[in-house]
Order: sequence, then structure tokens, then C-alpha cells
Amino acid sequence: MSSSAPRHHFDSLAQFLLIALLALGAVSLLLLALGISPATIAITLAKGSVLSWQKFGHVLSIFTPLLLASCGLLFTFRAGLWNIGVEGQVVLGAIAATTLLRQGSLGLPPGLVLCLAMLLAFVGGGLWGALAGWLKHRGGVNEIFGGLGLNFVAQGLILWLILGPWKRAGIASMSGTDMFARELWMFTPPGWRVAPAALAIALAALLFSALLLLSTRFGLRVRAVGINPLAARLFAINPARTALAAMILGGGFAGLAGGLQVAAVYHRLLPPISSGYGYLALLVVMLANSRVAPVAPICLLFAALAAGAIQLPIALQLDSALSGVIQGSCVLSALFVHGWRQRLKGAR
Amino acid sequence: MLELTNIEKRFGRLQALRGVCVSAREGTIHGLIGENGAGKSTLMKVLTGFVHMTGGEIRLRGNRVHPGGPRDAMALGIGMLYQEPLDFPQLSVLENFIAGQAAYAPTAARQRLARLAQDFSFHLRADDLVGDLTVGERQQLELLRLIDGGASVLILDEPTTGISAQQQEVLFAALRRLKATGATVLLVSHKLEEIDLLCDEVTVLRHGQVVARRSRPFDRDDLLQAMFDRLPEREGAAPKAATGPALLVFDRACAGSGRAALSGLSLTISGGEIVGLAGIDGSGQNTFLKLAGGLLEPTSGETRLEGEHSGAPRRPTLGVDTVYLPADRLAEGLFPQLSLREHHLLASPGRALLTPSAGLEETSRAIAVHGIKGEAQQPVQDLSGGNQQRLLLSLIPEKTRLILMENPTRGLDVHSARSTWKLLRRRLADQGAAIVFASPDLDEVMREASRILVFAANRVVLDIPAGEASSHILSRAITGQVDAPIAP
Repeated sequence: MSSSAPRHHFDSLAQFLLIALLALGAVSLLLLALGISPATIAITLAKGSVLSWQKFGHVLSIFTPLLLASCGLLFTFRAGLWNIGVEGQVVLGAIAATTLLRQGSLGLPPGLVLCLAMLLAFVGGGLWGALAGWLKHRGGVNEIFGGLGLNFVAQGLILWLILGPWKRAGIASMSGTDMFARELWMFTPPGWRVAPAALAIALAALLFSALLLLSTRFGLRVRAVGINPLAARLFAINPARTALAAMILGGGFAGLAGGLQVAAVYHRLLPPISSGYGYLALLVVMLANSRVAPVAPICLLFAALAAGAIQLPIALQLDSALSGVIQGSCVLSALFVHGWRQRLKGAR
Repeated sequence: MLELTNIEKRFGRLQALRGVCVSAREGTIHGLIGENGAGKSTLMKVLTGFVHMTGGEIRLRGNRVHPGGPRDAMALGIGMLYQEPLDFPQLSVLENFIAGQAAYAPTAARQRLARLAQDFSFHLRADDLVGDLTVGERQQLELLRLIDGGASVLILDEPTTGISAQQQEVLFAALRRLKATGATVLLVSHKLEEIDLLCDEVTVLRHGQVVARRSRPFDRDDLLQAMFDRLPEREGAAPKAATGPALLVFDRACAGSGRAALSGLSLTISGGEIVGLAGIDGSGQNTFLKLAGGLLEPTSGETRLEGEHSGAPRRPTLGVDTVYLPADRLAEGLFPQLSLREHHLLASPGRALLTPSAGLEETSRAIAVHGIKGEAQQPVQDLSGGNQQRLLLSLIPEKTRLILMENPTRGLDVHSARSTWKLLRRRLADQGAAIVFASPDLDEVMREASRILVFAANRVVLDIPAGEASSHILSRAITGQVDAPIAP
């Protein structure tokens, strides 16, 4: 035990370096092939993300929803569920929060209304997650296809709401619903790009997930079901119920991300409210190999890449999709290294 | 003439086949018999190229051949009909028939299929979905496919398990027809009746060696003797039979389907009993255990645990009063990446919050008591098979009344097997629990059980106290020779 712990850390570090090297190598080769200097790209990305407080604020505004959605996915991934439906769960959270926020403060303290809206967002996302879980358990619909289907339904729902019942006075427009009452905007200090409360909620969610997953019987059961549902039954654990609980929590956190997007960032409901953060979170958790500790640093890295990429078209006339290429390379490298290690283990 | 000479096969330390010689002439049906683990399957896999022999040679019509894989074997005209149909249930009969053929010629194939089916009096419709066919029909299709592919040596592995009496008739007629056309048929079976009906010659295997060769007419007792000879009669007194209250009742229960099906079960298991399930692998023992554990629901009739709201059917989840230990421990019973401590935490109820030291003390105690060679924080996939089994035993809760085990000493050395049984007996004495175990090893059943159930042809054909059992009675029952099956 005493000797195995440091070795384990060394293994993890070696693995991390190998993945980083592989990803960097692949991206650099691609850039060189296109005749672009990787160093220039790195400098531009850094300038656009971490080299000024204002830019870093932008990074944090991406980090916040990404971290929340990733926390949710930790539950489902560890339960062995590929929750592709996370994107729809973000959307449903945004819709649920908007239902309340667009009514105004209703004579209640704005803080309370905002809290209730976030609760609604959690419930909305959780229900959407539960629906995918229920489809899998009762209907035999694989969570990947169920989730994908529900994503389209969520997207249809948000469009219908924005162009129909919730359309702006006089005009139906893709630019979204009317702004919420000013007092229901989550407070953002001047010069900040992110509401401190939103950031705090995301960090609290990370702590809560870590506690639940790593130090409770529930977390252990989730992991057990993910590893071997057959054996779980022998241990008197109900795999379906545990998986459903993971889906509800996972959906809930994703919903919270959506809720914060409307309450703290846009102050109204927009069609692209999720900004693809759900899908990006899938990459985060895959890269983290479903472990809790690497999630926050990876979210920060991905957020920095996404924020920095905005500079690319301006500074270098390159498409900002390059950040997606880098993120994708990281994940593919990680999957390759994990798979390779598994094969080595199997061969032994 | 098919000649296997001095075939050797070694899996690591295990010598599965030792100097096996078998020769089968054209136009004969050659039986291959032996108890579980005698080496029949390995020998057939050598012949079809699934496994590679470590010594010896195979000659077909005088030519030395080396089947490198099933495709090679097929090119040589060696085809095998496996115990489980290896086909594509989502495809049609015709599509299955032409799968694997180099040329795609459905019209010609349809005609060949129709002609062959007619020749063998099989009722197969080319456009039916294979998934909708019975096991017997799928077998017929597979047989025609092999014949169409030019097989002149046909190997059949326990072909009558799970098919109806009528289909059995059709199959036997087909085999006789094949024999008449000059094919060589190798029949792997444990049913002496089939051997009697079909075979011209028989080779008996035991522990990877040929122990007897016989030609028609066969003496059944002589064959039995050859198959099970080494079986010792019980040393000393048989374990005492039950005295406790009834624990588990089967009431005209039927379950499973196809080859794993089980029907007409009516019996009671009481506290204090150690019930050994004997029979050729896959004769329904596994279905019985799953039914007893509530992992499978009866298709008719019922099973119930006495005491628990009597009369109500068992739910298909395991309660704390029943445990089920599967044979494939790592795949079905444990969480490979979780540690011993985490397994103990999962198995024992307690607080919702887990500190890093929670369960450490209990795990250390269990490691000491059960003699597990491993550490509390080690992932269980790193444990040896014996230690995995000891871990599973250490996880059985105190109040468990019914312990169900599939092949409890599989993969264990003699020492581990003995310590496993010692631990089990201790539990039995302490708690008045009942143990039900299936084992392919008749020795183990004879040695450890207080009551023996023999499974054959999807039924329990014999249910006797161990004290009254002899290896002769058991081996007769296993090979399907029961004068009057016990009535449901």
C-alpha cells in the first residue's frame, strides 16, 4: 500500500504527459502541414484567454457552465451511461428557469426568485435526464439514442417557445425572448464577465459531486453499477434505480448550467442557449477518464482554448474552429492511451 | 478413414489431452463419450482447428492434415455442429445457408437448400427468420449448410440436448442417411441410449486419455464403468441430511427456454441441507440455481422462500437472506476495479457517509479469518481465483439462510477447494443455512453433498439422500438411464 500509492501517482503523471505530448504533436503537425507556426497559434490563444483580466473573465464565463455540465456527466459516466442527452438537459434547465424569471419578481425578493429559478432549472434538467433513463429501463432505448432524440425535442421545444408563446411583444424573432426584469439579473460586478454567484454555484457543485461520488455509499454504488451491473444485483443493489438516480443528478447539474446561462449571462432565453457546452462537457469527462480530480483543470483548459480561439480570425484570419480541433485531439489521444494501456494489461 | 494419432494438448500446466488415438472409418458413426472435463470438446476443437495440438498427427484419407482454423477444416471437409447454434438469428434461413460461401448465388442456393431439405425430410422454409426457428430446426439448417459446404467428416456435439423427441427422430434418420452416403460422423454424447441406437464404434475418454474402445453391440454397464471408473465410493459416512425447517419450495416450476430449460420442478429444500446438483454441464443446473435465487422468474408454477410472506412469488432480486455465487466470479460476481474494502462496504449495510478508513477493520478481519492473500485496498482483479472465491465467501452476510453456488471450486487448487468447503460447513453449522451447489465434478458432489439432484434432459431425474447414492446410480442417471423419472 505505502509503496503502491506513489507509483500510482507516477503512472498517472506519465499517462498525462503521454497524452499531452501526443495531442500537441498531432496538432503541431497539422498546423505545420498547413504552413502555420504552432508557436504563433499558442501565443494568440494565450493572448485571447489568460493575458488580461477581461479576457480571463470570458474564460470563466465558459468555465462555469462547462464545469456544471461536466459534474453532471461524472455521475452518469461512472454509472456506465453515455449521457449524450446532456445538451438537451442544459436546454431544459434554461427553459425551466425562464418559466419563472419571465414572470418578473412577483412581489418576492429578487434573490429568492433567482434561487427558485435555479431550483427549477435543476428539476427541469433532472426530469429530462430521468426521461432518458426511463426510456432505457422501460423501453429498452439505449441512452445514447434516447439522449440524442431528446436533444432534438429540446431544441424544437425552445424554438417553439421563443417563436410562439414566449415571443417578444409584436415580433417573433430568433434573437430570443424579452429581457427579464432588471432586478432578476444575477449580479455581475462592473468589468467582470461572469457573475460571482454563478461561479460559486459551479464550484460548490464540483465539491458536492466529489463528496457524493468519492465518500458516500451512493457514490460507491454508482461506480459498482457502472463496472458490473450483473454483480451489483448479487450485492442487492438495484442497477436500474441507481442508474436512474445518476441520470437525475446528472441532468440536474446540466439543467443548472442552462439556468445560469439565462439568469446570469443572457438574461433572456435564446435558441443557442446551451452554446454546445453539453457536448464539450462530454469531451471533458472522457478526457478525465470519469475521474473527479482532473475535471476542473480540464474545464479551465478547454474554456481558455474556446475563449482564445475568438482571436484567431481577428489576428490570423484562421477559423476559430481550431480550438475544437485541439480539444478533439486531446480526447482522441486520451482514449488512445487508455485503450492502449488496457490492451497491455489484458496481454499480461 | 480419419485417424487421430497420439494427440497431445497442453494448456499451461494442464494436460488436457494425453496421447489420444481415435480412428473412424467412412460410412460409420463413431461415438465419443466421457464425463465432464474428459477432453471430448478439446479433441473436437483440435480437429476443427479451434485449438492447436501440441503433439500428434491427424490423417484424413491417408494424408496428413493441419487444420489451422474452422475455415481450413471446412476446406478439408471437416464440419462441426456446435452445442449452441452458431448462426445469425436476424437473417433468413436462406441467408444463413449461403453465409460464408464465396459466391453469392441465392437462386442456385435456394434450389440446393430445397433439394437437401427434401432429401433429409427437414421442413425448412427458405424465407423464415432463423430467430423464429426452434433449436432443432436451427440445427437442421446448420447440418445442411455443412453438407452443402462439402463436409465429409461431421462432428456433432451433444446434438439432442434441448430438442424435441420428434426432431430427435428426424436427426437420427439424417445421421443414418449420412452414414449410408459414406460420411464419417463423430458423435459426442453422454446419453448411452443414443450411442446404442446410432454408433458403430465408441471411444471412451477420461482425464484426457483414451480408456476404452468398443464396437457394437455395447454393454452399457461396461461403458459406464469405463466412463466413471475412477470414482471412489464414499469414504466414511455421508454428510447428514436435513433436520431444519423448509427454506425453499419449488411448486411445479418451469423456467428457461431451449437447451437451458427446466420443467416440472417440485421439491423442498430445508435448512441444514447441502444439495449437490449433478449432471452433464448445461442440463439445467444453472437454471435451477437462478430460479432458486430469484434471478429468473418461473414461466409457470412458482418458487418461494418459506417464511417470507408465504405464498407470494419470489421477486427477481436477491434479498439479504439469499446469496448467489456465480462460477465466473470476476465477470458476474465481483467488480474487478474495486478494492476488497469497497466490496465489503457494498456488501454490508451501514452509514451513508464513507470515511477513507470505513470498512477497513472489517475487511482486515475477513482477510485474516478467510485466509485471503491480498490487501484491503487492492483491486480484486489482482487476486488469484482462490482468493476471489474466499473474498466472495467472506462477503456472505451473517443472516444468509440460502447459499447458492455455481461450481464453487472452479479453478481452485486442491488446497483452496478444501478450505472453501471448510468455510462453508462452518457457516452451515453456525446458522442452519442451506447450501445448493452445482458442480461438474462428481467427486465433489459425492464428497460434500447431503442430498443429490441429478439433472438430465431438462428435468431432475434423480433426487436422493447422499447416503443412498453410489457412483453407479449417479452415473446411470447422468447418462439418462433412469427407470422411472421422479414424478412432478
